[in-house]
Amino acid sequence: MKRLIEEVQQSDSIYMPVPARITEIRQLTELESLFSIELPHDVMLRHRPGQFVQVSLLGVGEAPISISSSPSRTNGIFELCVRRVGDVTGALHRLKAGDMVGIRGPFGRGFPVQQFRGKDILFVAGGLGMAPLRSLINEVLDERGNYGRVLILYGARSPDDLLFREELAEWANRDDVELHLTVDCPDSRWEHCVGVITTLFAEVEVFPRNTAAVVVGPPIMYKFVIRELEKINIPKGNIWLSFERRMKCGVGKCGHCQLNHLYTCQSGPSFAYSEVEHLQEAFS
Amino acid sequence: MPKAVLSDWIRRLQRSYRVVGPVERYGSFVFDELADPQELRLVYPPTVLPPKKYIVPPRETLVNYRLDGTHIAASIDTQPTVILGLHTCDLHGITLLDKIFNMGFDDQHYQARRENTYLVSIECLETCTDDSFCRDMGTASASRGFDLHFIDLDDVYAVNMATRKGEKLLEGFHHAFDALPSDMKRVNTRLSEKWQKFAYRLDFDIYMLPELLEKSYDSDLWNELGEICLACGMCTQVCPTCYCFDVKDEADLALEEGHRVRRWDSCQIHQFAMVAGGHNFREELAARQRHRYMRKGKYQKDAIGMVGCTGCGRCASSCLVHIAPIDVFNELYAREQAKQDAELMAGEVAA
Repeated sequence: MKRLIEEVQQSDSIYMPVPARITEIRQLTELESLFSIELPHDVMLRHRPGQFVQVSLLGVGEAPISISSSPSRTNGIFELCVRRVGDVTGALHRLKAGDMVGIRGPFGRGFPVQQFRGKDILFVAGGLGMAPLRSLINEVLDERGNYGRVLILYGARSPDDLLFREELAEWANRDDVELHLTVDCPDSRWEHCVGVITTLFAEVEVFPRNTAAVVVGPPIMYKFVIRELEKINIPKGNIWLSFERRMKCGVGKCGHCQLNHLYTCQSGPSFAYSEVEHLQEAFS
Repeated sequence: MPKAVLSDWIRRLQRSYRVVGPVERYGSFVFDELADPQELRLVYPPTVLPPKKYIVPPRETLVNYRLDGTHIAASIDTQPTVILGLHTCDLHGITLLDKIFNMGFDDQHYQARRENTYLVSIECLETCTDDSFCRDMGTASASRGFDLHFIDLDDVYAVNMATRKGEKLLEGFHHAFDALPSDMKRVNTRLSEKWQKFAYRLDFDIYMLPELLEKSYDSDLWNELGEICLACGMCTQVCPTCYCFDVKDEADLALEEGHRVRRWDSCQIHQFAMVAGGHNFREELAARQRHRYMRKGKYQKDAIGMVGCTGCGRCASSCLVHIAPIDVFNELYAREQAKQDAELMAGEVAA
């Protein structure tokens, strides 16, 4: 067995995608689907939560997509939660199970799972931010004994925009997970909070000394959530963020993902807040 | 090497290599393949595009494939190429590109092309344009980075053979001779005479540049540049150390064959830092100008140990509103000095 990244690095070109098969497509919301992807039989993904792959469609192009499945649940098949928003993702949504895509990666630095051991973990997900966070959440839940409390705050535009609703129901039923949901636009059946993600902070009690917060969401969300986390005194080094940027190469060359002096595809996409707090382009 | 045999040497090279060098075209100078060795100009102002175009081409195929997925193969260009007459500023530019493309993940396309590229530089003996400031940037000369380096000694060229690749270019050519001690003396005289002709143009020393830029991150100057910048991206196209690229797929008309290509891109263009959802991380022109200057003067120095500006002046010459790095650096310095003076005054008044 070879790791995918070795397969890519040992090929004639670092830009050469490895052919992989879509085994299943599950529609999650109007815009988002979950793609199950199978690599060639002698290649394994071996990723860390928070990493991404470059997904390519011949004739269309390539797009960076975060990995949604946890390493603990990736046996030959991994999952990508993809929003239909651009050329590549639009074309991806027109494919069916059995079709081929190209994969390069996994790229970037994942979340420092080892550093979270023994800590309470506060997950804060906004919208599509749940796609990469789900990888880490499931990794944590599959090794539940290694961690303290697990709190999940998740905000979406409407109940219909919530991702992974079956899993949300499972998490809600577990007595070792504290799940809090909010939406901007509730429907008549909505029983949870209404409002932006920060409104959920009133619902939870967090012990800052022993808490790691992992925050993933749209760019606008970060400064508001960070303000809340600072209010409850979570140390900057224990606040972890993941940044979306337009990686064209994934290997630290093309320049598109630069955030001040950092290449997000190499130094990130996950960063401790203490690493980026002074960087204006992190929160622009 | 006697000047009289230069053309013979080039003709010899042309049997085994694509030979390119500075030539005059429509009143400007460009690097182009030499049809006739006589075309070569070894005293010339900076070319329109730097020689990076032979190492990181403006458009380069990475992968060729059949659209039905039945065939896919990397496209690696190994054409042996000799670049003649490189100014040392451009040589520094190539050294910087080498660092980038060999750092972290190997870029096999770059590496293959670079391995097969032979660099023959020439010592500049006069400054070339009003926009250049190579003396300040430490690029007016070079001690390495070339395979062969030429120094004009009027009737002959002194040739510094620096690498095995350089030796290969002269192998079997019997009209060049080993230098005598008297030749070495002429080289030293020529070189030491040269320096007084290159004026310092920065108002401060280059080693202060990264720190100055760091202090100037919130300077109003970026807004002022953003006001006049047209976001055409010309400065990055002509820059010997700009390498950022876009990757696109192209299909042929029959929709059978496709190519994944990379093309020069520019951080000055509006869409450069835009993500699929439409958010633009560098929406403002001021932010893009700042990014370019921070990168040239600080980020690259921090990351790879080399300042990203060679002082060639091409960006200034090609800028429609003449944003010139020498002016930008000096203006930042003047404002920083004024700020420090004001703080000093305020301190004295308070005391």
